[in-house]
Amino acid sequence: MIGLMPGIALKHLLARRRQSLVSLSGIVLGVAFFLAVSSLMQGSENDFIRRLVDNSPHITIQDEFRNPRLQPVEELYSSGAIEVRRVKPLTETRGIRSYPQILEGLRTQPALRASPVLAGQALVSFAGKDIAVSLNGMIPAEVNDVSTIQNYMIAGSVDALTANPDGIILGDALARKLSLALGENVTVTAPTGEVHTFKILGLFHTGRADYDNTQTFADLKRVQALLKRLNRANTIIMKLDDPHQAHALADGIERRFGYKSVSWQEANEDLMSTLTTRNIIMYTVVSAVLIVAAFGIYNVISTVVLEKQRDIAILKSMGFRARDIRRIFLIQGVLLGFAGSALGLPFGAGLMLGLMQIRLKFPGSSDPVPLPIDWNWPQFAIATAFAMGAALCAGLLPARKAASLHPVDILRGAQ
Amino acid sequence: MTEAVIETEGLTRRLAGEVTVTLVEDASLAVHPGEFVAIAGASGSGKSSLLYLLGLLDRPTSGRIWLQGDETSTLEEDALAGLRLGGVGFVFQFHFLLPEFSALENVMLPMQRLGRLTSPEVAARAAELLGSLGLTGEAKKLPRQLSGGQSQRVAIARALANDPLLILADEPTGNLDTAASANVQRILMDLARDYDRAVVVVTHDRDFAAAADHVIVMSDGRIRGE
Repeated sequence: MIGLMPGIALKHLLARRRQSLVSLSGIVLGVAFFLAVSSLMQGSENDFIRRLVDNSPHITIQDEFRNPRLQPVEELYSSGAIEVRRVKPLTETRGIRSYPQILEGLRTQPALRASPVLAGQALVSFAGKDIAVSLNGMIPAEVNDVSTIQNYMIAGSVDALTANPDGIILGDALARKLSLALGENVTVTAPTGEVHTFKILGLFHTGRADYDNTQTFADLKRVQALLKRLNRANTIIMKLDDPHQAHALADGIERRFGYKSVSWQEANEDLMSTLTTRNIIMYTVVSAVLIVAAFGIYNVISTVVLEKQRDIAILKSMGFRARDIRRIFLIQGVLLGFAGSALGLPFGAGLMLGLMQIRLKFPGSSDPVPLPIDWNWPQFAIATAFAMGAALCAGLLPARKAASLHPVDILRGAQ
Repeated sequence: MTEAVIETEGLTRRLAGEVTVTLVEDASLAVHPGEFVAIAGASGSGKSSLLYLLGLLDRPTSGRIWLQGDETSTLEEDALAGLRLGGVGFVFQFHFLLPEFSALENVMLPMQRLGRLTSPEVAARAAELLGSLGLTGEAKKLPRQLSGGQSQRVAIARALANDPLLILADEPTGNLDTAASANVQRILMDLARDYDRAVVVVTHDRDFAAAADHVIVMSDGRIRGE
């Protein structure tokens, strides 16, 4: 059974059906558009992050240190006021020392897959054309554990490198520039002067022009020999079952092994902050719709307060307290907000379904794909919370005014 | 003599402003159970203002009010509302029924707010009150479907809903025809005589005032005589 105050509030709203319906429509539209836009924006953000997470290592150990190494005197007198000047780092061969031991240590952790990479610059030559590329030496059997490059193969496969260590995988854009095709041989020259001929075993297309033009993949041992860095790797890349653990895990790895360890979140900090800015803009814009709708509610409740001054005085003379009166008018706001949400959510879901029918061809995808829509409950909860909050705020001022009315002033006027 | 239902001492109400207006000045009175008191006087003499003070709807500028022996001057608004809810019933010149609620629902409102009775008990008592005032067939009707006399009787039923000892009526017959007026007058007098309520009525009607146990005559905010 409906309570006393909600009952009075409902009667007030039903007595002004047309105005109540108009303000209700505002909330319904506001909730629906809020939901549709925010779920589209959230969906695109999720899609973007998923691509980011899928296409980049979750953690990368680099062959460098985040801070310069401490000098022995600084370690000895850690609390002393020491200033060491003109320190010249030792000349040493770049690369991660004892990377097989580090890998062994990493692989003891569950839900983590790691593989070494030796990346260096090289020149790919064919038919008189030379193009500088980044040559990535990887262990072919482990590539699919730590990289999604296989998903972008348009010819051949990464596995072919296992059978033929003298193979290479190129981006299709690079192959086009050099007029190369699958199965043809290409000459790769390292900065060391070493030259090796590789057979093209695969072509990939990621849709990112820079990547497709410059990245190449070959067997780790061959690349180590070509770059004259035997038994060296300059990067260890990792994938995690839960990418969101990357930040914490990277810190632990860096503390344990000393080498700079970068999570995908750190590597893409600028993009993540851009997404935050984009979300603020989006929520500001879609909230404006609900704020406008809230003015409709304010208008209706204010009118009811104005019209019901005599009833307010009577209720107070009966013994209703000021807070009872405030509750009656706040409940009107809540009722409109609740009804608006209840109708707006299915309407918004309909809009979301409509948006999903729109298909666009994104770079890197061979077929048109539907707009990414986030159907998770937080979108619905946020839209409802915004609507209820806006409705409650809209009811607050008139409710306070109603509660503060002095019954005697009204009763005198009424007579 | 039994304890007064309502008693005042030196009750004064002034409205502050550029020119201070005195609505009621130095009013002292006591109304006991079973008494029917009429407040008479010219328009603007302070009758309604005194009634609002007696009903704890307005606060005196000075002076004190005891309701059933409890001093009310220092009470907060919520406490005063609580006293009104259980202890005072108002009837106004214009019935002031809530237009969206049926006659029955209007009578149920004070009981629902008080919360002493269950919902079926509230409905049963409201129906009983309406029946006792000859409105059995009108319970489901909205105020706009009732005549002036019927509406005023519903307002009386509403005032009696929480069984208050004090009934305050401000020109309850001022807007009614002769027959309805006589009916309302009889009901209010019966409440005092048969049901031991203290009834205070503001009226211009000399016959109505003449029928009262006491008549308080007001002029310029002061009680001039009884």
